[in-house]
Amino acid sequence: MTAVVVSGAGRVFDGGSGAGTVALTDVDLTVGEGELVSLIGPSGCGKSTLLRLIADLDAPTSGSVAVFGKTAERARKDQDYGIAFQQAGLLPWRSVRANVELPMQLRGAGGLSGRAERAARSAELLALVGLTDFADHRPHQLSGGMQQRVAIARALARSPRLLLMDEPFGALDEMTRERLQDELLRIRAATGAAVVFVTHSIAEAVYLSDRVVVMSPRPGRVVATLDVPLGGPADRVARGIGLREDPAYFERVSAVREVLHSGDAASDRVSS
Amino acid sequence: MAGAAGVLLLGFGWEGYKAAAPDDGLVLGGVRVLPRTTDAAMPHLWDLAASAGEPVSSAAGAPPLWLVTLRGAGSSLVLATAGWVCGVLVGLLLAVVMARLARARAVLLPWVVLSQVVPLIAVAPLVARPDSADGQPWVPVVAIASYLAFFPVSIGALRGFTAPDDDRGGLYVDLFRSFGVGWWSGFWRLRLPASVPYLLPALRLAAANAVAGTIVAEVYTGLPGGLGRLIVDFGASAAADPARQWSPLLGAILVGLATTLVLAGAATGLRRYRPGEAR
Repeated sequence: MTAVVVSGAGRVFDGGSGAGTVALTDVDLTVGEGELVSLIGPSGCGKSTLLRLIADLDAPTSGSVAVFGKTAERARKDQDYGIAFQQAGLLPWRSVRANVELPMQLRGAGGLSGRAERAARSAELLALVGLTDFADHRPHQLSGGMQQRVAIARALARSPRLLLMDEPFGALDEMTRERLQDELLRIRAATGAAVVFVTHSIAEAVYLSDRVVVMSPRPGRVVATLDVPLGGPADRVARGIGLREDPAYFERVSAVREVLHSGDAASDRVSS
Repeated sequence: MAGAAGVLLLGFGWEGYKAAAPDDGLVLGGVRVLPRTTDAAMPHLWDLAASAGEPVSSAAGAPPLWLVTLRGAGSSLVLATAGWVCGVLVGLLLAVVMARLARARAVLLPWVVLSQVVPLIAVAPLVARPDSADGQPWVPVVAIASYLAFFPVSIGALRGFTAPDDDRGGLYVDLFRSFGVGWWSGFWRLRLPASVPYLLPALRLAAANAVAGTIVAEVYTGLPGGLGRLIVDFGASAAADPARQWSPLLGAILVGLATTLVLAGAATGLRRYRPGEAR
C-alpha cells in the first residue's frame, strides 16, 4: 500500500477580485510505504501548501489527495500521520514529557488512555530522541535543537506510519541541523515510517531522501523527480560523515541543483 | 515595605498640602483647581483617627466608628464577591460562545460593548426599585455589581481564547487540527491555558468594577449594612462630624485590598501559564 497519492491536485487562493492566486497546479505525487520524499524549491513554489493538503490542514481546489487509501480528512481524524513544523510549537506550560504525551491524551480511544501506558511510551520516545534527562524540564529551558527533537517525539507519539515535516530544521544552526538529520535517519530506520520532508536545502534533501521532488513557483508545480540511490536509512546512518563526502552524494546534489536552476529560468520566463 | 512607605507618603502629602495651601484652595477664573483645605473638607489625620474610636451614636452601647466601618466593609465585600462570581461566570460563558461561533461573536460583541455605554445610574432604577418589597433586598446590588464585572471578563477571555489563532501563524491551531480532535478538546488543552495571561488582568478589573458597583448600588438602594449605606448616613451628618465621612472611603480601600490580595494569590498559582513569568 502507498502512504500518499496526490493526483492532479491544485490550490487556488481567492484573491477577492476574480482571478485568484494559483499556489499549486496539477501536482501528482506518490509516496510509498516507508519512503522518504523531499519537496524542494524556492519560496512560493507551493511545497508547504502541498504538505498542508496531505495533512488536511488545507483542502485542494482541484484534484484529490489520498493517505493510506483514505481521504486526507479521514486519515487526519484517525491520526494516521504525525507532523512537525519549522517552529517546535511546544505548549510552554507543559513539561517536555507532558508535551510528548499530549497527542496520546487527546485520543483515549486509541489504546493509550492509561497513565502508566502513556508514561512508558513518552519515556521510550524521549530515549529515541536522546532527551531522557530533560523529561521534567519546561520547553523554554531547552535549546532550539532540543525543542525540535521534542516536537519530533510528539509527532511520533501515536506511532504513525507517515511523518510530515515542514522545514523542521530550517531555524537551526548547521551543526545541530546535521546532527538532527542523522537522528531523523535513525528514527526512520527504527520506525519504518514514510516521511514527506519540505526543505529549501539541497544538501539536506539529498542526504535524507529516497527521492527529491523539485518544485517551481508561479504557478507552484512539480518540475522533476530525482531518485537518490544512496542506500537505505540504516546504511546511511552507518556511513555517517563518509556519506556526506561521497562523490555519488555530490553528484546527486549537483543534479538537484541543476534542475532547480533550470526551473528558476523557466519560471522567470513565464512571469516576464 | 514599599506599600507601607506609600501609605506614609500619602499621609505626609495630605497634611503637607493642608498646611501649605490656602484655606479656600485655589480658584482660577471662577473654577476651583485646588481643593479647599478647611477642617470640614480635609480633616487632620489625627481627627480621623480620633473619630474612628468614637461611638457612632449617643445611644448606650453604640459600637465605635471603626467597627461599624469594618462590618460595612465585610458586608460590601460579601456582596461584591457574589457579584464578581456571577459576572465572571456570565463573562466566561459569553466569551466561550463568541470564541466558538464567529456568527455569535458578530451578533453579541457590539451588545457587550454597548452594555457598558449605558451609565450605571440609568440601569440602577431598572434593576433596583426601592419601592418594591418583594425579593431579597441584596439581589439588585449583586445584579448591578455583576453587570459591571462581566464586561472585562468577556472581552479579556475572548481575546485569550482566540489568541492561539494568531500565535505563530496559527501553528498551535494547525497542530491540534492535525491531532484530529474536536473544538472542545482544543479548548481545554490549548485555548483555556493560553488565555490565562489575558484572563488574570480581566479578573482584576472585574473585581474593581464589582466593588465600585456594589457600593454605588448600596447608595442607590439604601441597603443597610454596607459601605454605601454608611456613605449616605454619614453624609447626612457631615456638618456635625466631617471626619466620619472619610471612614467608608477607607473601608472601600480595605475591600479593594482584600480582592487584590486574593487575585494576586491566584496569579501566583497560575504562573506557569504566564510567559515571561515562567520558571
